[in-house]
Amino acid sequence: MHGLINRAIQAFVVSTYGEERWNDIMNHADLGFAQFEAMLIYTDEQSNKMLSAVERSLERPLPEILEDTGTFLVSNPQVEALRRLLRFGGVNYVEFLHSLDDLPDRARLAVADLHLPALELVENSPGQFDLICQPGLPGFAHVMMGVLRAMADDYGDLVILDHRGTQDGAEVISVTLVETDFAEGRTFDLGAHAL
Amino acid sequence: MMTADEMTGVIAQICPMYLVVDSAGRFRFAGPTLQKLRPDMTWKRKNFFDVFDVQRPRWVNSMDDLLKTAGAKLHLQFRESPQTSLKGVLVPLPDGKGALINLSFGISVLEAVRDYDLTSADFSPTDLTIEMLYLVEAKSAAMEASRQLNLRLQGAKIAAEEQAFTDTLTGLKNRRAMDHILERLIGSGTDFALMHVDLDFFKEVNDTLGHAAGDAVLQSVARVMVECTRHSDTVARVGGDEFVIIFEGVNEPKVLEALSKRLISNLEEPVPYGGQMCKISASAGTTLSVWNAPPIAAAAMLHQADLALYAAKRAGRSQHLFFEQGMQKDEPQTATQGLS
Repeated sequence: MHGLINRAIQAFVVSTYGEERWNDIMNHADLGFAQFEAMLIYTDEQSNKMLSAVERSLERPLPEILEDTGTFLVSNPQVEALRRLLRFGGVNYVEFLHSLDDLPDRARLAVADLHLPALELVENSPGQFDLICQPGLPGFAHVMMGVLRAMADDYGDLVILDHRGTQDGAEVISVTLVETDFAEGRTFDLGAHAL
Repeated sequence: MMTADEMTGVIAQICPMYLVVDSAGRFRFAGPTLQKLRPDMTWKRKNFFDVFDVQRPRWVNSMDDLLKTAGAKLHLQFRESPQTSLKGVLVPLPDGKGALINLSFGISVLEAVRDYDLTSADFSPTDLTIEMLYLVEAKSAAMEASRQLNLRLQGAKIAAEEQAFTDTLTGLKNRRAMDHILERLIGSGTDFALMHVDLDFFKEVNDTLGHAAGDAVLQSVARVMVECTRHSDTVARVGGDEFVIIFEGVNEPKVLEALSKRLISNLEEPVPYGGQMCKISASAGTTLSVWNAPPIAAAAMLHQADLALYAAKRAGRSQHLFFEQGMQKDEPQTATQGLS
């Protein structure tokens, strides 16, 4: 699993539960190191050991932890870069949802060896969508739940999300747009990034 | 036929940075994004050359010149600050009614977006600028992560080198490794002998045949020392041409006497290098842990071996001597002169 993914989970745990808890988790995972490097590749076995140690230590179901990780990735100022990259996807939430089809390609443009599962947005009726997450990265759909929820806040829209389970091997998230401009979203300046 | 207003409405959608100039070079229309760059300026009837400096082609100084550039790439710059650079292309309008010029930011887009607070709506949906901004940010973030990794790896490499126990030139143990081994032997109460070996005539090889020859000799010396010792012994290079051999489990001098003779004679075998033969020899001094009363200090034993080595050098080189009480590095002047 790509270091960026492992590193994201590490950032979430450290920021929410503290450095000490993370070191504890990594001790239990017994990988021989305590920090994941964002730009290195780790085996699935290493990632899975870390994930089960996280689940045991936090005493919460993994899907829930992953969803919180997704939310953290968008809403925490520490990882502002990712939120900005996602905001480039569209000027409003619906446009952003449609841009998710390109997400794996966009990710690969940024980091050539980062492979994310294919995503497909199906618009059932205006304001009612299904996001189909293809398999390949276990738990990815749960992370996406968190990302979708946090991005709705970011745009200031109110959405209802529902993980619909698995259909034909792919996980389905239903997205219902309840209200646009429900709250004031966060601003997004194209040029805010200091180069 | 479309009216001029209808026409410009269509163009503004596709090219939000378009300009229409009349035959005298005065603006007739300007696209919405272009207007945003100079919000306080009245574009209409203003002269193109008052607002823009044509940087390329350089010969363009009048409206007639400008029309001659039709289809070619134009490089413009605002005369007033911020002096944003723009790229453009001109298409003459029929019947000498002036020209349509479409502009874009080119590479200056990064500053322009910041300077003018532009948003997605300021670019045509088919314009790749937003994708380019995305890429610039994504690549910068990825690059920064890689840079951080490189810094950490470099730090780790330096730390690893500092902690390394191997002499890179000869593959022998280094002084740090020797210190560790002495500490371990003393700590566990194991008997051992410590031999300090210093090469003779090595400086001459280095000076006459060069450092590469010196390196070849050192590598050959290392091989000889490893061959003359047991697997359980430790051979360490502790200085330029100084070596320490630790013989684990040795508590009497007899075996070492024969070994040192063999070692010195093997080291005297000339080493071929680049068609030349490099001849060196060695002097050695040895002490035994059993000759010391506990608690044994590594530094004291190294000092004893060192004194024995100096005595061997004074005795005419290519010799091996055991440490004896009373040995001293006397007459330091003569000693250093004759021995280095």
